[in-house]
Amino acid sequence: MPASRNDAVEQARMMPEPFELVSKRRDTSDTWTLELASHSGRPLHFSPGQFTMLSVAGCGEVPISISGDPDNPDRLVHTVRAAGLATQAICAAERGVTMGVRGPFGRAWPLEEAQGRDMVFAAGGIGLPPLRPAIVAALSRRERYRRLVLLYGGRTPEQLLYADELAAWSERGVEVMVTVDSAGPEWPGQVGVVTRLVPRAGLCAERTVAMCCGPEVMMRFTVVALREAGVCANRLFASVERNMQCGIARCGHCQLGPTLVCRDGPVYRWTDLERWLAIREL
Amino acid sequence: MQTIDQLISQAPIFAGLAPAHIALIAGCARNEHVDAGTLLLREGDPAERFFLIRRGQVALELHAPQRGALVIETLHAGDVVGWSWLFAPYRWQLDGRATHTSELVSFDGSCLRGKCEADHELGYQLMRQFAARLVETLQATRLQLLDVYGHARVPE
Amino acid sequence: MTASRVIERRDFDLLFAALIRRGYTIVGPTIRDRAIVYDEVRCTDDLPAGWTDEQDGGHYRLKRRDDEALFGYAVGPHSWKRYQLPAHVTLWRARVDERGGLTEVSEPSAEQTSYAFLGARSCELHAMGILDRVLGETSTSAPAPFVIAVQCAQAGGTCFCVSMGTGPVADRGFDLALTEVLVDGKHHFLAEVGSERGAEVLADVPGRDATTADDDIAAGIHARTASQMGRELDTTDIKGLLYRNYEHPRWDEVAERCLTCGNCTMVCPTCFCTTVEDVTDLEGEHVERHQSWDSCFTVDYSHLHGGAVRGSTRSRYRQWMTHKLATWWDQFGTSGCVGCGRCITWCPVGIDLTEEAQAIRDSERVSRADD
Repeated sequence: MPASRNDAVEQARMMPEPFELVSKRRDTSDTWTLELASHSGRPLHFSPGQFTMLSVAGCGEVPISISGDPDNPDRLVHTVRAAGLATQAICAAERGVTMGVRGPFGRAWPLEEAQGRDMVFAAGGIGLPPLRPAIVAALSRRERYRRLVLLYGGRTPEQLLYADELAAWSERGVEVMVTVDSAGPEWPGQVGVVTRLVPRAGLCAERTVAMCCGPEVMMRFTVVALREAGVCANRLFASVERNMQCGIARCGHCQLGPTLVCRDGPVYRWTDLERWLAIREL
Repeated sequence: MQTIDQLISQAPIFAGLAPAHIALIAGCARNEHVDAGTLLLREGDPAERFFLIRRGQVALELHAPQRGALVIETLHAGDVVGWSWLFAPYRWQLDGRATHTSELVSFDGSCLRGKCEADHELGYQLMRQFAARLVETLQATRLQLLDVYGHARVPE
Repeated sequence: MTASRVIERRDFDLLFAALIRRGYTIVGPTIRDRAIVYDEVRCTDDLPAGWTDEQDGGHYRLKRRDDEALFGYAVGPHSWKRYQLPAHVTLWRARVDERGGLTEVSEPSAEQTSYAFLGARSCELHAMGILDRVLGETSTSAPAPFVIAVQCAQAGGTCFCVSMGTGPVADRGFDLALTEVLVDGKHHFLAEVGSERGAEVLADVPGRDATTADDDIAAGIHARTASQMGRELDTTDIKGLLYRNYEHPRWDEVAERCLTCGNCTMVCPTCFCTTVEDVTDLEGEHVERHQSWDSCFTVDYSHLHGGAVRGSTRSRYRQWMTHKLATWWDQFGTSGCVGCGRCITWCPVGIDLTEEAQAIRDSERVSRADD
């Protein structure tokens, strides 16, 4: 898979490409999955973990992780949560509407580094979509990896994403462990924070590469749990979010210490990140 | 076929205990098999037997009017269900229900409490292990309370 | 490089003429709103002859000089970044179709003005170089400006270019560099050539070859300026110093004074942060994306669904200062600060980053002494 990185500043990268909204699916009360196709007909090649800057005309632009299959990039897939003005406009757009896309930007999940090892995906809430491309890509190359484990925590059973796919992944060789923060008695699965899944996964620390994505608090404590289980800090990766605006390391907004999340992230190796994430309000 | 002593010594909560202490604990224990749906603990009841899960799943629940049973947490293989047997007033604070057919080791709480009174070393070791489990649970509960997956609110 | 020349004050308009003839729009110092700002100038009369600036923390006043020096001031609230990175840029325009979709996205035509910058100081040349590095060499398709530097004949009240290694003498990055000499009733300029096009323009202005005496006088002026610095910044391991002190109590202390007004970021010649806004017309049929200067001092700057990452004044001041003096090194390989002193002058409460850095450094010395 190409390890795309931002290189020179080009005016063209500030211009949105027109993409048509081909299909849309409602996942939860506030989350939709959109499929887009470029007007040019060209697929948008990307690496798992990268994001685009997505916009609806006049409603602002936001960074959204790509959640599609990197081996099938004809459709650009985004799972979006309607949280603010721009994302509400994106989620409300009707099929056939042309949106603006810039990208892809950012550093990818280290799938190459995980070859020959166990890969653990630790996802919380809306953190699963950015991991989906890595899971799908790993399944397409199943023989390159040993165990594939998904630890997924959500708020309630109704807010879990990709429920059908979780079952399919389970059949194809991913150990899927799901938990929710709260549930009624009809939920047969686990209840409790996602960190509790770590000791239950029975990880073999020396050959585990872990990739975490979710709200920062959840990631912080999931990393603690993974490190307590013996996973090395330099085999731990987290996807961080900051106020990315240009995506091309020019506007300055996404700074995290000396790093720029749009260029040095959003996927970071924990050893490069820990020091900066530990400083409050950095 | 494993003995009760062996089952107990493998559980994380009894890890590192001396064989003599394991034997004392085993004296208050027996194997149990329960069907899915069995109510193991009932809020307010005397905390008599507590459980170690070998296989299966137990849900800790709170019953609220108009909302029914709310699942607070699910417990799994290796987890202990119930610690109110160790702390006054020795009454369950939650419901505990087996959600799946489960293999359990059940312990007589007052029997074990009596042995702890007689052997303070045993008491100290058990207190230490249960306290550690309480700390873990407290921290996990705090994270649950934060509702991190919900919509973020502007900090005051 | 061609040998230096000396041009007389009375011939200065011929320098203007030479530039105008070649199609340059000259931007230089001029007085407006009681400050020396950069704007279009057409002749020597537009320059702030006989004026100087009195600067200190939170203080800027124009004062009359007792001579008629054209460049007898330091730097004002403007910097050349307003040409390198314009405050307002339309990135693209588009039509909105009847379904609310984006269509006919087009780029506005590129700026084609040929600028000549008259009066750029050494610190400013360094700032332009730093911005070039930050924005990338391809940041603009406009023709490279013709730069006439001026070697500072006196330091400003808040200057510390000597500490930053950015002046007071400019030795590169210009087409021409002038040292203004007023002595014994004489008023002329030593003109150093920095490029072929600089030599070519200078050839249109009458003058004589510079002598060693001229060079000595200029050197004397430069040395005097270097000795007059209004501020000092100890840059020894400044990156390490600030990286070690993210939780220093000094940040709380400066936060009690800082208004987060963002003046410092507006006047700083290297602050480059921008934000974008989508603007539609009333019918909603056309949309433009506008890019404008932004400041890390705003709460919105670090907005992340539901709140700001840097909510407190403390965190925002710390971000600005550590970026400028420390993390800039890791990001771009240089300091972000050129020692021009503008942030000190234009801060309404006179916060001085040299003082803040020194306070943190001093406290480390004290705690080490305690060990």
